[in-house]
Parts: sequence; structure tokens; C-alpha cells
Amino acid sequence: MKVTIDGQTIEVEPGTTILQAARMIGGESVPPTMCYYSKLKGSGGKCRACLVEVSKGSDANPTPMPKLMASCVTGVMDGMEVNSIKSDRVTEARKSVTEFLLINHPLDCPVCDQAGECDLQNLSFKHGKSQTRYIEEKRTFEPEDIGPNIQLHMNRCILCYRCVMVADQLTDNRVHGVMDRGDHSNISTCISKAIDNEFSGNMIDVCPVGALTDKTFRFKSRVWFNKPFNAHRNCDKCCGKTTVWMFGNEIQRVTGRKDEFHEVEEFICNECRFDHKNVEDWVIEGPRKFEKDSVINQNNYTRKLDTVVIETESGILKGREQDRRKISMSAVPLTKEEEQEFKEGNI
Amino acid sequence: MERLHIKQEINITEALMERINELLSHYPADKKKSALLPVLHDVQDAHDNWLSIELMDKVAEILEIKPIEVYEVVSFYTMFNQRPIGKYMFEFCQTSPCCLRGVENLMDYTCDKLGVKVGEPTADGMFEVRGVECLGACGYAPMMQLGDFFQENLTKDKIDQLIADCRDNKVILHDK
Amino acid sequence: MSKKILLEKASIPGIKTYEVYRQNGGYASVEKALKSMTPDEVVEEVKTSGLRGRGGAGFPTGMKWSFIDKKSGKPRHLVCNADESEPGTFKDRFLMEYIPHLLIEGMITSSYALEANLSYIYIRGEYMWVYKILERAIKEAYAAGWLGKNILGTGYNLDLYVHCGGGAYICGEETALIESLEGKRGNPRIKPPFPAVSGLWANPTVVNNVESIAAVPWIVNNMGAEYAKIGIGRSTGTKLISASGHIKNPGVYEIELGLSVDEFMNSDEYLGGMIDDRPLKAFVPGGSSVPVLPANLIYKTANGEDRLMSYESLSDGGFATGSMLGSGGFIVYNDTACIVRNTWNFSRFYHHESCGQCSPCREGTGWLEKVLHRIENGHGREEDIDLLWSIQSKIEGNTICPLGDAAAWPVAAAIRHFRDEFEYHVRFPEKIKNRDHFVNEPFEKVRHLVGKQTV
Repeated sequence: MKVTIDGQTIEVEPGTTILQAARMIGGESVPPTMCYYSKLKGSGGKCRACLVEVSKGSDANPTPMPKLMASCVTGVMDGMEVNSIKSDRVTEARKSVTEFLLINHPLDCPVCDQAGECDLQNLSFKHGKSQTRYIEEKRTFEPEDIGPNIQLHMNRCILCYRCVMVADQLTDNRVHGVMDRGDHSNISTCISKAIDNEFSGNMIDVCPVGALTDKTFRFKSRVWFNKPFNAHRNCDKCCGKTTVWMFGNEIQRVTGRKDEFHEVEEFICNECRFDHKNVEDWVIEGPRKFEKDSVINQNNYTRKLDTVVIETESGILKGREQDRRKISMSAVPLTKEEEQEFKEGNI
Repeated sequence: MERLHIKQEINITEALMERINELLSHYPADKKKSALLPVLHDVQDAHDNWLSIELMDKVAEILEIKPIEVYEVVSFYTMFNQRPIGKYMFEFCQTSPCCLRGVENLMDYTCDKLGVKVGEPTADGMFEVRGVECLGACGYAPMMQLGDFFQENLTKDKIDQLIADCRDNKVILHDK
Repeated sequence: MSKKILLEKASIPGIKTYEVYRQNGGYASVEKALKSMTPDEVVEEVKTSGLRGRGGAGFPTGMKWSFIDKKSGKPRHLVCNADESEPGTFKDRFLMEYIPHLLIEGMITSSYALEANLSYIYIRGEYMWVYKILERAIKEAYAAGWLGKNILGTGYNLDLYVHCGGGAYICGEETALIESLEGKRGNPRIKPPFPAVSGLWANPTVVNNVESIAAVPWIVNNMGAEYAKIGIGRSTGTKLISASGHIKNPGVYEIELGLSVDEFMNSDEYLGGMIDDRPLKAFVPGGSSVPVLPANLIYKTANGEDRLMSYESLSDGGFATGSMLGSGGFIVYNDTACIVRNTWNFSRFYHHESCGQCSPCREGTGWLEKVLHRIENGHGREEDIDLLWSIQSKIEGNTICPLGDAAAWPVAAAIRHFRDEFEYHVRFPEKIKNRDHFVNEPFEKVRHLVGKQTV
């Protein structure tokens, strides 16, 4: 089947979705996804961030589709023509979705562990505005403790349903779900039960925002100060293939290996994720590559960095000799008189 | 969000179990979950009109589904109560066609008369006033739902009468 | 008197019971269809009749039936949508309460047409007493041999049950209804696949409104061509209209499509005019979701033609000067009503009823309500009116199911036709403090204030 997206034609298998075809083409035409996750069956269609315009239905029926279509759940037809980033309608819709997702979002990136690897941050960076038109009070939820390993921040959630699907599809006893409805829908166990099956940690990896974060990594470091390495260990529960996030020689966090669309390649077990923070536990394979323009790439180690040299007169930075003496308390011990004066005050 | 955790006496009587089994027979044997909504209605009616966590767990056990599946459904639908409510719940429809016929003033009147605010049961637990969305009786507005039945073309006099009837135990809530 | 099809026998004493219903010709269509017609012939008759879905969208029922997948060999289901929750609409309840066997007869004949052997009536939980009426009627029908195995000795089997919801407007959307029937939250499904291919328990399913199904017995008894003669143009047959608001005779009426709005509003046979001497201000013809029309566009279209009660005439002029027949929820406003308050009320409804699955609807409906609430309570800003317009346009068409559109349209129509009333609220907050602000001082009397103001 042939499909053309933003003027680029590609041959795909029947059953491929527009989004998958766009990902094969790559580049700017790939629609953003906040809820779709290729490894989770039945995901997608909810966030509406990936809406595209189908300007030609197919060779057999060329009529354009009147509404924008969610590319993640719309299958391609032979001869279909799709406009993604090229269409003003599409970019306008993405701006709208971004605005809707942000009106009730706390915008607490400075204290959010997800910052730097957050899909909502990326979406806003591309399609958001720096002003808001929302002057009403933001919606908030009571905090809920869901156990020692996973931190739930419901206020940040965008209700992608991915974490519910992880529990449904990776474990046999789901204890959390979506409660209530409308804009008060929330992820909860309803009874504050710890979510503690062997694969629950994957909820953190699939969460597109900072709603589910790793408690063992909480406030330890900004992600861009960590260096990710591919690592593996022999694990009888999962593939054992992970990314370890290091600060110096310390492993601060373990996650699944995420591809360019921020999806894990393989799900990992909680033991690998939470219980093995020693370097000796892992065989480190080498540095993990990530996107050129990402926030974490600001600390890129694969590129050779030059030492910063500030070319100024040495005196400007160092100050005058006599000033240095005064402020360098330890280096210049006080005389007996001075000590007395210091204690009693110079009155 | 964490839920209120209030104890409730659970009593799945033989008659109730019989009714549940009848409801289950309406669906294919491997689709027991489909009976969830009708079963919840009957279980709730038999337990002072509300569903505690333990009661929901019991329903999950009967239908052979996970407790969370019951919690999710109960919290989605407005007719299921997750806390004890007034015995006589006056659920006034407050959507536009009823407003055109003065339901808002009537709700104020009822609240004043009972000395409560919307959503709070009276101290004796007898009454509660609640505003709900369209009940499908727009031509007979203003109206309210009381138990399984609709009270339509309401006036202040009718409200007075209803309150008196409730106090005298003359009002039937459920059609069994 | 115009033609009655659905309510023809509704006034016969005791018609609620099986015996009386049967004595008055009830269940004849089942006999006719099962004994002398093939399922596909029944589908053809319904196609010929031009019957359009009475739930709101107006999609031809026969065509919907013809989409059902009969080839896969999977069991098929017919589900009757009795989750009537659209504000202004209470017609299905009337039909089920007063003549329940008509719906059951329609369900049997229609299930036969679809070759379905297990069918359900999904009724909203608030209609609990109607649920019991239907439950009893179904038991009567089983006892009389119209349901169960080998009906009338023809070898056709059908089980029919009634299922009650739990209080959620969204379950009126057909895929949400199916989810709810499966015992889940009423989240609409992503389409495709359509229910005709994968519906209830992934089996091919047709979901039809109560009124559509109740029309089927007459069509089978009298043939589709006869039905097509009733009505006007592509709006064939009769339609139940449920009327509410500031009118003399609110209630449910069966009209022949094509009746003029003027006659429906003002003749004593129908609504009998306004409730008192306050003038007509606006009306909503098809339930809260469809656009509200101002007085000058009610009896006449923008071209000066008579406005008729039909799918085409009510939508004449598009959304600029027209509306929709929708579900037939006819709400009439006199000049004591405040359009801003009414729009806020509808927005609160959609905010309350949004399932919360897709972002534009989940976030947008709440935003609309909050802004409208501010304006109605005297805290509006001049830019809020354009903001409302912008929010509704961003919701419309971008959601999974039509609830987003339904939330957007009333807001858009109110601003389109009554913008000055919004401006009045923003500019004269002290005048709208009381919620009955237009009762003593209708907008017509203060409209001139808006024009003079320069902001």
C-alpha cells in the first residue's frame, strides 16, 4: 500500500496506521503522541495530539475525510494522502490540544523529576504558548500513596491510560485504575493500596509526564546531570536489559531502554529497576545515545567538550591581594586583639 | 483519590442472591461482568443505598472480577453512592428545562425547610437534597427523583406533603 | 388530526398489559415477518420506508442494518438505546411507560431482520420504574411464546433482556452504551471498527433508538412504501416530539414530519402557544445539543420560507440561521429566560457528563462552564466572549465522540445569535446579580444600553 505524508510517499503493509507510516518516514512529519504506545494493545486515540488531515481517502475513494483523524488509530488505505506538519489545520489542532492539556497542569517543571524527559514539556515547547488564557482555579487532587517505589502526582496526569494498560497487560492482578469521570477522572487504587507486583515499575517508564515517577530517584538529580549507559544483568524475571543513569560512579536510576519515540524497547522487572543500584550488579555496555535536540543532550558526553576559558586579566577574577586576605578567614588567623574585638564587638 | 473508609454491615440475603443469579442468567456464562450495573443497583438498594469498599469487594467476588473493576465503574456512574446518604434523597433535576419552571427556587425552599445545604444529609439522616442533571422529565418540570420514582410538576405544597409523608413512613422508595 | 403510528393505541385502557395489546393487533408484525418474510426482506422494507434514526443523528435505519456483518458467522446482537438523557427529551420514556409491548414487538421483528438471537434494551438507571415495567412485559412476552426458543414454530430463537444503566449521559453514545452493557465505564470506543462489525463482546451489533425500533412493526405490517408516503421529502414518517419550557401544554406529541413549526407551537392540538403573555424569545428544536434559534428564525427560515418540523427544514441555513431536528426535544423560552444562564446550564451539563477520556472534551467542557459561570455571575470580562468562541471551536470536531460537538454547538449558537446579551452581562454586572434578572426587566428593555456602551 502506498501512503503519502506531507508529500513523502512510502510503501507499507496493510494494517499499518498513519502514525506508524509517519514514523517510518521520520523527521518533522511524525505526529506527537501523548497516549499511544506501540507496545500496549488498545492504547491511543485519546489525547488527540496526533491529529492529522486526510486530504485524500484512498485511490478507490479519494474524498477527503471531513474531520481531522487521530493518526495513531487510523489505518492507511492505498493511495491515501495525509497532511501532518504541513497543514495549518493540523498545527492549529495541536496547539489547541497542548493548551487543553496545560490549563489544569501545575506547570511545576522546576520541581518535577520528569523535567527534561517529559513528553508534555516537549509538546509545549513545540506547540505551546508562553501565555495562558486560563484564569480559573486549577483542578487539584488529594495525594495518594501507592507504595514505596512509585510516586503518584495526580495533578500532573494527562489520563493517557498507559499505566492502566501496563497493569492489565503485564500483570495478572491490576489494583489501580481510572476513578470518577470527566475532568475529575483520576488514577487511583481507590483504597490506597501499594501497587507492588513485579512489573509495576513500568508504569513509570510509560508515563508521558511526571505523574508517575521513581521514588528511589526522587529529587536525587535532574535527568540532564545523569549520564545514561546501556547495561544488562542476568535476570530470571525479565530481559535484564536496561539503561542505568549515573552520576559519577553512582547509579542513581535504572529504566528501560527507550527509543527515539520515548517507548521502552523491552519492559523490565521491579528488581532490576529498584533493587540493583550497585555498579557491580551490572555489565555496562556503553553510553546510550539520545536525540540531538533533547534537554538531556545538553550534558552530552559523546561530543568532545572544550574547557571553558574566560579570558580576562587574572586580577579581575582574583581581586586585590589585600582584599583576599580579609575574606580568607582560615588562611589569615586573627591576632589576639582582633579576636577579642570580634567577640565583644567593635564599640 | 483516596476514598472514605466507612464500615457497612453486609447482608447478601437469599432473596438478593436469587435476584443476582437471575440477572446473571441474562448474559452469556463467560460474560458475568456485563451484569455489573444491574447487580450494583440491587445490592445498593438492599444496603441503605450506598456501597462501601467491602460491599464492592463482595460484588467483585460474586461476578468473578477484580475489585478495581467495580471501583472504577461505581465511581463513573452518578447513581451509585460511595458514602452513607440520607434515607430520603430528594434529587432535583437542575438542567435548563426544569430551571425554566423554577426548580432553583424550589430547591432553596426545600433546603430551608429541612435546614440543610445541598449535598448534606439532615442530622437525623432522614433527608438529603441533591441537584442532579437532566432526568428526562422536562415536560413535567419542576421535578425530582425519590428512590425509584419521579415526583413531577412539583410545587411548594407538594414538597411539604412529600416531606410529611416521608416522616410518616408513607413513601415507597423501591419497586421490588 | 394527523397520522398516528406510535401512539395510535397508547390511549386504549390497559394497553400496558399483554392481553389488551394483543387484542388490539399487537405482535402482528412478528407473525408476518417470521412466517412470510425473510430477514433480508424485512431489512429491505425498512430501507424503503426511509425511516431515519430517531435518537438524534438521523442516520437511515435500514442502511445501518444493512451494514451488519452477517458473513463472519459470529453471533449478532440488537441493542435498543433507551438511555434517553438529552436535556429536553423524554419521548422514549413515554413510549416505554405507556405501551411497552410495542417496543418489545419492534425488538423481536428487528432482531429477526438482523438474525440476532440475543438482544438487549439498555435503559437509563433513573427510569427504574420503567425498567420494571419492561421487565414484566418481557416476562409476559416469554410466557406467550413470542420470545425464547422456536418462536411460532419457525425455528427462530430470540432472548431479549432489559439492562439498566447507572446514570451517565455519555452512555447514549452507541459505543459507550456497549461498553456500559459489558459492565465497564461508559467510555466511547475509537471508531473504526464500527459496532456493525465489532460491537457487544466484539460481535456484530446494531444499536437503535427506542422510537426507531417502535416504528418497525407498523412498517412491516403496512409495508415500507406506505410509511414513506407519510411525512415530507427525506423526512418520512412520524416523529415523537417532547416539548418543554414556557408553553401551555408541555408533553409528548406524535407529529407527521413536515408539520409547520407555527402550527405545532400555536395550535390547541399541540402546544397551545406560550404559557402566558410573555413573548417568545428563543427555542431549541432537538435537545440541548442543537443550536438555539432566536425568535425571528423560528417560524420562518432565513429565506422567508415556512419553517417545518423536518430534518431538512430545521437545519435550513446551516448553523448560521438553522438548527437540527435532533432527538425532538423541543424547548421553548419566553423573554424571562436568560440565554447566558441557559448556556451556562447546558455547559455545566456537558462538563458533568464528559467521560474524561479525550483531552479537548475533558478539559474544554470544564473551561467553558467556568467562563460562562463567571459571566453569568457578573465576573465576566469583555474578552471572555471571544475566548468562549475560541474554546468551543477547538473542541468541535476534535474529540472521540460527538459529546464534544454537543458541548460546543449550544455555546457557539448562543454567541452567534445573542452576543449582545453576553455583552450586557459583562458590562452591567450589577444588573444581573439576581438569577431571575430578566423576569422584571426583559432584555428587550435594556438592549439599548449595550449599543451605547463604548469599551
